[in-house]
Amino acid sequence: MLDRSPQQAKDQSAEATRPVAFRGAGFTPGGSRHAGWIALALVIAVWQLAGSAGWVNPLFLPAPSAIAAAIYKLAMSGALWQHLSWSIMRIGTGWIIGTAAGVIVGFAIGLSTMARGVGITFISALFPIPKIALLPLLILWLGIGEEPKIATIALGVFFSTAISVYSGVDAVPRNLIRMAQSFNVPFHAIVRRVIWPGALPSILAGFRITASVALLLVVSAEMIGAQYGIGAFVLQAGNLMQTDQLLAGVVILSLFGLVVGKLINLLEVRLLHWR
Amino acid sequence: MDLIADHISHRFGALDVLDDVSFQVSAGEIVAIVGPSGCGKSTLLSILGGLLRPSKGVAELRGAPPADSLNPLTFVFQDFALLPWNTVEENVAFPLLHTALGAGERRTVIDDALRRTGLTDFRAAYPKQLSGGMRQRVGIARALAVRPAILLMDEPLSALDSQTRELLMEDFVGLLADGAMGAVYVTHNLEEAVRLADRVVVLSRRPGRIREIVTIPMTRAERGTAEARGRMAALQGELWSLIRKEAIDAEREVQHA
Repeated sequence: MLDRSPQQAKDQSAEATRPVAFRGAGFTPGGSRHAGWIALALVIAVWQLAGSAGWVNPLFLPAPSAIAAAIYKLAMSGALWQHLSWSIMRIGTGWIIGTAAGVIVGFAIGLSTMARGVGITFISALFPIPKIALLPLLILWLGIGEEPKIATIALGVFFSTAISVYSGVDAVPRNLIRMAQSFNVPFHAIVRRVIWPGALPSILAGFRITASVALLLVVSAEMIGAQYGIGAFVLQAGNLMQTDQLLAGVVILSLFGLVVGKLINLLEVRLLHWR
Repeated sequence: MDLIADHISHRFGALDVLDDVSFQVSAGEIVAIVGPSGCGKSTLLSILGGLLRPSKGVAELRGAPPADSLNPLTFVFQDFALLPWNTVEENVAFPLLHTALGAGERRTVIDDALRRTGLTDFRAAYPKQLSGGMRQRVGIARALAVRPAILLMDEPLSALDSQTRELLMEDFVGLLADGAMGAVYVTHNLEEAVRLADRVVVLSRRPGRIREIVTIPMTRAERGTAEARGRMAALQGELWSLIRKEAIDAEREVQHA
């Protein structure tokens, strides 16, 4: 028979009690929603103060208000949209081509022994080459139009995408694939229902990297050979010592990167809600 | 439908894992496979289920599976093997998506499997929202949905706490009580083997050879009674005496590896 009783109250001993000291604090950093924005606002305020008070030469570091004014003028004149639309067209086209090719090659490497043997060797050899160094060669091959710039971006995006895709495919737990095989699920369905969703976290992480790579390459390519585009605009402003316009271009690039990052965040929330 | 292991041997590289293993699982029979760690129990189950090609020998089926069986040999995995991006219902539906079942029939099958495993209220949950025991229930529901002739269970309770293990063992006993399904039950837990199996295949340490095949001299119905407990404990003791020395040697081998 069990000896049963409800909970036990503290006995009335004469000896004093003391609480157990709490030792579990820290090591759980939480994200603060406003701290980042407050810090950014503070930095801009100090920067503005330095500019207004004449502590820094506006030729070398224009005040944020001057940069904002330059952006406003650019927007009003239509030049901003002209430059931005060319850059977006180049990034968009190059990124889509590079991503599509990278996903196909990455899956082939992840799923086929032969493709892996050949593909990894090529990727290992070509991935470290700075893709912008290939732009002159691509101009020779493809002419001086948009094609070499788009091809440079596509190449840069392709390698990172292929690597993130085959790493993602490799990371899909083998037990899930064996489970699907044990139910006689056909190959194409295993790829679609098991490997694709399993590799998606790595693929989306790759998108974040390739978006930065594409931005870097579009600016570089436009600085080398373009009349329009944010890169061309920044270079032109630098040559003319128009530092407010130069920094306006940099701010626009930063905002563009932020927007792309947010879009990828949204994709992650939508597609990886199960994590 | 019978499942036959016919002189199965297997090596991984230079490592001999199984050596000349032969036994048979008759229709509706439950056979447990026990043995020391690393003796090749799970490897043997993978070979029996067609997920691994043996180095020698063959796994064979004899007789036709039940007419309504969609996957005669169906695994229940130790780590559940649930798709984390699918809900409970989608996980159970997964093996049915590529069968000839129509949408309505599929719905009936899924509802039935969820009901039998007590998951009806959790059909929209994701695996991460479930306890270990509930996840394994999803694995069982998924297996039941394809109406297997023989369940291949690879230590299905070993990742669970003892209370959940006890509850799920009761579920297994209930699900397999009518003899409609056979099972191969790999376990290192002798109590589970004695409680569930009609026969116990005892493997030696690596390379796993059959040391003995022990028939449990009680019907499954008898084992639920209080009087049977003593006899079951004695059987468990006998099984332990068969593998004790080899289990110790296998443990030493792991420590020295």
